[in-house]
Amino acid sequence: MEGTTSNGKFKVIGTRPIRHDGIDKVIGRAKYGADYAFPGMLHGKVLRSPHAHAKIKSINTAKALKLPGVKAVVTAADLPEAANRLEQAGEMAINPHYLSMNILARDKVLYDGHAVAAVAATSPHIAEEALKLIEVEYEVLPPVMTVDAGMKPGAPILLPDLRNREEGDKPTNVAQHYQFKRGDLEAGFKAADFVIEREFNTAMVHQGYIEPHNAVGIYNADGQATIYCSTQGAFDVRSLSAQVLGVPVGKIKVVPAEIGGGFGGKTTIYLEPLSVLLSKKTGHPVKLVMTRSEVLRASGPTSGSRIKVKMGATRDGKVVAAEVWMAYEAGAFPGSPVGAGAMCILAPYTIENLQIDAYDVVVNRPKTAAYRAPGASNAAMASETVIDEIAEKCAMDPLELRIKNGVREGSPQVVGPPFKRIGFIETCEAIKHSDHYNSKLTGAHRGRGVASGFWFNAGMQSSATVNIHTDGTASVVTGSPDIGGSRASMAMITAEVLGLAVTDVRPVVADTDSIGHTDVTGGSRVTFATGMAVYEAAQDAVRQLRERAAKVWEVKPEDVQLVDGAVSVKDTASFEKGEGKTPMTIKELATKLARTGGPITGRASVNARGVGPAFATTLVDVEVDPDTGKVQVLRCTIAQDVGKAIHPSYVEGQMQGGTAQGIGWGLNEEYFYDDKGVLRNTGLLDYRMPTCLDLPLIETAIVEVPNPGHPLGVRGVGEVSIVPPPAALANAIYRATGVRMTETPMSPPRVLKEMLKKRTGEESQSAAAD
Amino acid sequence: MAKKTLVEANINGEVVEFLCEPRQSLLECLRDVLELTGSKEGCLTGDCGACSVLVDGRAVCSCLMLGVEAQGKNIRTVEGLADGTTLHPLQQKFLEHASLQCGICTPGFLMSATALLERNSNPTEAEVRYALAGNLCRCTGYDKIVRAVLDAAGSIRSGVKTSRAA
Ligand code: FES
Ligand code: FES
Repeated sequence: MEGTTSNGKFKVIGTRPIRHDGIDKVIGRAKYGADYAFPGMLHGKVLRSPHAHAKIKSINTAKALKLPGVKAVVTAADLPEAANRLEQAGEMAINPHYLSMNILARDKVLYDGHAVAAVAATSPHIAEEALKLIEVEYEVLPPVMTVDAGMKPGAPILLPDLRNREEGDKPTNVAQHYQFKRGDLEAGFKAADFVIEREFNTAMVHQGYIEPHNAVGIYNADGQATIYCSTQGAFDVRSLSAQVLGVPVGKIKVVPAEIGGGFGGKTTIYLEPLSVLLSKKTGHPVKLVMTRSEVLRASGPTSGSRIKVKMGATRDGKVVAAEVWMAYEAGAFPGSPVGAGAMCILAPYTIENLQIDAYDVVVNRPKTAAYRAPGASNAAMASETVIDEIAEKCAMDPLELRIKNGVREGSPQVVGPPFKRIGFIETCEAIKHSDHYNSKLTGAHRGRGVASGFWFNAGMQSSATVNIHTDGTASVVTGSPDIGGSRASMAMITAEVLGLAVTDVRPVVADTDSIGHTDVTGGSRVTFATGMAVYEAAQDAVRQLRERAAKVWEVKPEDVQLVDGAVSVKDTASFEKGEGKTPMTIKELATKLARTGGPITGRASVNARGVGPAFATTLVDVEVDPDTGKVQVLRCTIAQDVGKAIHPSYVEGQMQGGTAQGIGWGLNEEYFYDDKGVLRNTGLLDYRMPTCLDLPLIETAIVEVPNPGHPLGVRGVGEVSIVPPPAALANAIYRATGVRMTETPMSPPRVLKEMLKKRTGEESQSAAAD
Repeated sequence: MAKKTLVEANINGEVVEFLCEPRQSLLECLRDVLELTGSKEGCLTGDCGACSVLVDGRAVCSCLMLGVEAQGKNIRTVEGLADGTTLHPLQQKFLEHASLQCGICTPGFLMSATALLERNSNPTEAEVRYALAGNLCRCTGYDKIVRAVLDAAGSIRSGVKTSRAA
């Protein structure tokens, strides 16, 4: 395929070795955060608000403290005031002031489940009993549950100090308004042969990682604290906890445990500072683990949204104008991914005239966190179904319409400079040539839908060291927690550069004291940015190996090369055979390190630039039950541009996993609040994520259009796969039923309602005609 | 504190005695009392399957069973699946097919799949999906898990009882 990289260029990259941490994980030995235990350890539990919006009038902890086994109780009074300013943390911006208020509510509770106090006791059961003995007096306030309610003039105000630039000194629930403009909108719509305008509502959804949040905090008498936790970013846990606790980062060490999923939701903190605070008060290690209902009520899901899309096109299928209005639920504190959503919603298409207005609105729901391509899936649900409607109006194949309007190298991005080399068209072509697209879909109530998606991917900071051991094997140390098999790719990159077998490289994920600063495992950045640091650290080791060989042979380092794991002198003519200058493997050279200058450690730190954005196109077949509205997914194929697949199995895994989450988002998952603002589906029975009975095998087409900004062509693969599925499903449902869904999830009652509306509409029409 | 009860059970082939409070689940006993942390906690309501263990050969959510109910039972956890350093074919196939990403669901899947293959070593894809429908995985989309279980069934049928890890 055109754009496919360098097959044959690599020996290790592109193969599928067994991951290095695999055995520990299949025999149950791998240590996740909740698996840690220390002598004298206490167990913590968190008291949470039963109200969506209320003033805290008083908290009385006296009775709880008297319960035998209870060792300490903390409230917001135990936390210092944190700075009120925006700081970048991973993919989302965080304000320490609001972060602290989310860890423990200060004067007000802002959502059902908001943390109010925490207890440490000798057993989790006793800690739980103690929660019932804490007396909190609330003054209940009216809740604001939707963006519409929050933006209404006179709406109850959540945060009295929140202001935005446009409204000056007026208290508001609108934290931000972003706008992107290009061309002349009016002229664009005038040039259109037809205009389609639709409104969409998408429900708040949760990342749904199987492992709940956890933290073990150990505070030592010398003021040093250690936190063991399952996190996507140990360095972020350290800096955010330090801000909340009011201590320098040097006082905290974070040890990243194995992590049971995150998808963006484990990029911030909830329990970590509490574990340290309780440990400080009691002098014991303190472990806190959320229950599932706490995970749903009080960790960060992603925004529900309301989106209006208006697009104008010519009869031959050229999209000439687009106007978008979008408002996202931020949750209790500012910071929804609406800005990212705005930059993604039209990103796959070259549209000359456009305007996008995007609003970040606080509501009485948990503070949202990143979720895989944050903000892009709901945006694509809106734009990609309108694109489908345009294709239908023009009687064009939806893939052809995408290819006709799609962005290529040099096309303008919604913001800023033109795209470099990208692979959007290639993903459409891959679907067009897939078995799936070329198969016939037959049967009643069945339909096939396609949709595309875009995600930026992230760069940011990473560090790596490559140590050459005395037996010629190597270890590669990074600060990127491994969620999806990244240890394997780090070892593969190291092995590739050094010419070693991948089994001779041991990958290590280090704590915050043992490796240079490394940003989150998120933003599809690990294989890209940490991979870049690893590549350079391995090159640094190679340079040193060549120097050492040069020393042994008494030649210039430039004259030494490393090929296939062995050093040799480049110019064989000047090569004195039998004089100790025969090629040496790294293993042989490694035995001479002590005598030639000591150990070799390759090092690199990068602030990675050259991020390659990613595109995906998803094709899905569904069958809709005409009596119940239930949608069954029959077949699904995703094509994604990954730049270069380091470990194709784990790349496919990301594509399949993101697709499954996107299908859950599209069909079943939603936060369901009652009219008091209390979450009513706080378990996995009612927050319905797909099981293996809900999904078919997910076919993948890996497209490799190398990213020119990366030495290996890597783009990052973790996110874009979740973007197209809701829209692809909506388009398939339309083909199966004639009904255009504009709300997610497209759950049985919603689909049935639309089908019945259509049926009764048709009946009354035919009755009128009779 | 509630009074503790002495429980005797066969766990992974060893007769074990342990003390547990009547309110403690089997999952808590395994993890906190016996230090067998291979079984994971995902929900405590029987919905995710991360805590699945075999009780007298049947897959059970250990979060839904009390520790005291383990009295006299035969319990197998993920820690008892391999034979020394020799992996069970399911473990081997999970590694070969890259069927785990974060790995938190893996012990539960392995135990549910063991229960299936021990009663039916020639399952269809649909039978595998039914047997695993009580286990949630959020990372993989299940594709590679289903393939690994089918493949492991094949190697069990062809007599490869166990295979050594690379
Ligand atoms: S923890 Fe037992 S089923 Fe989820
Ligand atoms: S591998 Fe992460 S939940 Fe299954």
